[in-house]
Amino acid sequence: MDAVTAKQLIALFEAIATRVETEKDRLSELDGAIGDGDHGVSMSIGFSAVTDALSRLEDPDPAAVFNAAARSFLNAVGASAGPLYATAFMRAGAAAKGHAVLDRDGFARALLAMAQGVRERGKAEPGEKTMVDAWAPAAEAAQAALDRGEPLGAILTAAAAAAREGAEATKAMLATKGRASRLGERSIGHMDPGAASAALIVGTVADTIGR
Amino acid sequence: MKTKKLINDPRYVVEEMLEGIVKAHPGHVRQLPHSPRSIVAVEANRPGKVGVVVGGGSGHEPTFLGYVGKGLADACPAGNVFASPPPDPILECAKAVNSGGGVLFLYGNYAGDVMNFDMAAEMAAMEDIEVRTVVTTDDVASAPLDRKAERRGVAGNVFIFKAAGAAADKMLPLDEVERVARKANENTFTVGVALSPCSLPQTRRPNFELGEDEMEIGMGIHGEPGVMRGPLQAADAVVDDMLDRILAEFPRGEARRAAVLVNSLGSTPLMELYVANRRVAERLAGENISVHRTLVGPYCTSLEMAGMSITLMALDDELAELLDHPCDCAMFRSG
Repeated sequence: MDAVTAKQLIALFEAIATRVETEKDRLSELDGAIGDGDHGVSMSIGFSAVTDALSRLEDPDPAAVFNAAARSFLNAVGASAGPLYATAFMRAGAAAKGHAVLDRDGFARALLAMAQGVRERGKAEPGEKTMVDAWAPAAEAAQAALDRGEPLGAILTAAAAAAREGAEATKAMLATKGRASRLGERSIGHMDPGAASAALIVGTVADTIGR
Repeated sequence: MKTKKLINDPRYVVEEMLEGIVKAHPGHVRQLPHSPRSIVAVEANRPGKVGVVVGGGSGHEPTFLGYVGKGLADACPAGNVFASPPPDPILECAKAVNSGGGVLFLYGNYAGDVMNFDMAAEMAAMEDIEVRTVVTTDDVASAPLDRKAERRGVAGNVFIFKAAGAAADKMLPLDEVERVARKANENTFTVGVALSPCSLPQTRRPNFELGEDEMEIGMGIHGEPGVMRGPLQAADAVVDDMLDRILAEFPRGEARRAAVLVNSLGSTPLMELYVANRRVAERLAGENISVHRTLVGPYCTSLEMAGMSITLMALDDELAELLDHPCDCAMFRSG
């Protein structure tokens, strides 16, 4: 894809909502092992509110799509995922501001801004067994591919692979942040549900936009 | 196997509950017309009185919204089940109860609640509302003493909210109400025990597994794993284990006094709570701690979880007087 339009962004959010809906039981089960078991439910409520809000936008630009996604996700969800993803989408909106379509650099910048937003709002660092463990490597891989001059498809595929590996790596981690941190040693062996859903989102971005 | 629940569409369970609550308690609470997830006391806030906003996820009733009323909390934003409310209904609560004396945000220490309440506090500041925040950390089992700031807020909220709400009702300024809330939190200690899991309306699956003959001490009110899992013991032995953990931190000194809360996590009946309280009273007498007041019942639940929590609040004259101060809420009356 050379340039991503607002319409394609809306289709992307719809694709994410569909994936989350399919996977919500698995996400809730992951959360049940080390948290309070509602992560799949929260993500499903959030993205269904997003697609609902986006369907009512009239002639939006990419920034308007991201901003509407941020507002609707936040107000439908609350919880931890609400502020984290709302911040991510708001930062993407800021990065997309003024662009009628997002070219390779524009879309990559929006993705990097999302990762940065998650990290700053959650005040989390890689290695603490949170969604940052998927978002941070995804951003690093995207940045590296961007710097190598690769096309958008390759950038997003690299980000998706890194997010997936990052989520997988959380199994071996001891949680020190978020709800699972109260578990101490018992958090080891379980994948972090926030990292799992982050990998699912970045994966859907690659499948939808990176084709 | 899915659990049985008396609900309609699980997506609207919070909305339908709120509707039922305002119909049942029209003299105590109302929904803000432009923000129905914001529950506000019917009793109008007096000029200059600090507004006390408590809140968190739904599924813990009567915590949080049952404690909205005269002499206790002024408003409560209701989140989804076990999920913090988003910033908007929190902000609307703050605006509705701000009478020039500022607003206190008082809620349990969970990452989601902290992020959403902090965002709401930033938004309130932009509207020139002074907001202070106190997060409660009474769950002794949720982190070791040297990491007390990481602990969760659980059933002890009832005493902490009561003290802060009374201080605000007595027209103390924001500095003082904040000080009282912090002091109440410092002196409140809770330990819970879970016997069987709860299930979310959306999943209707047990949100943790516990063997048929097992209990888990220290489990959180959303099923967060606790500190000790083992075979279910007799009530006295369980109470002793829980009290040992609490008394290890209960302030030392002469003439010790406590308020006691023996709380059902949802489906544990009063019979078992009173059996437990009998042992609590016996142990406290043995420790020379006099019991100022005892609450027994469902005060902070986790849907249909079976189990209970024990809370002790160490009292001095100030906290005892604030606990005795009259209040009249939808689901709690005193004095």
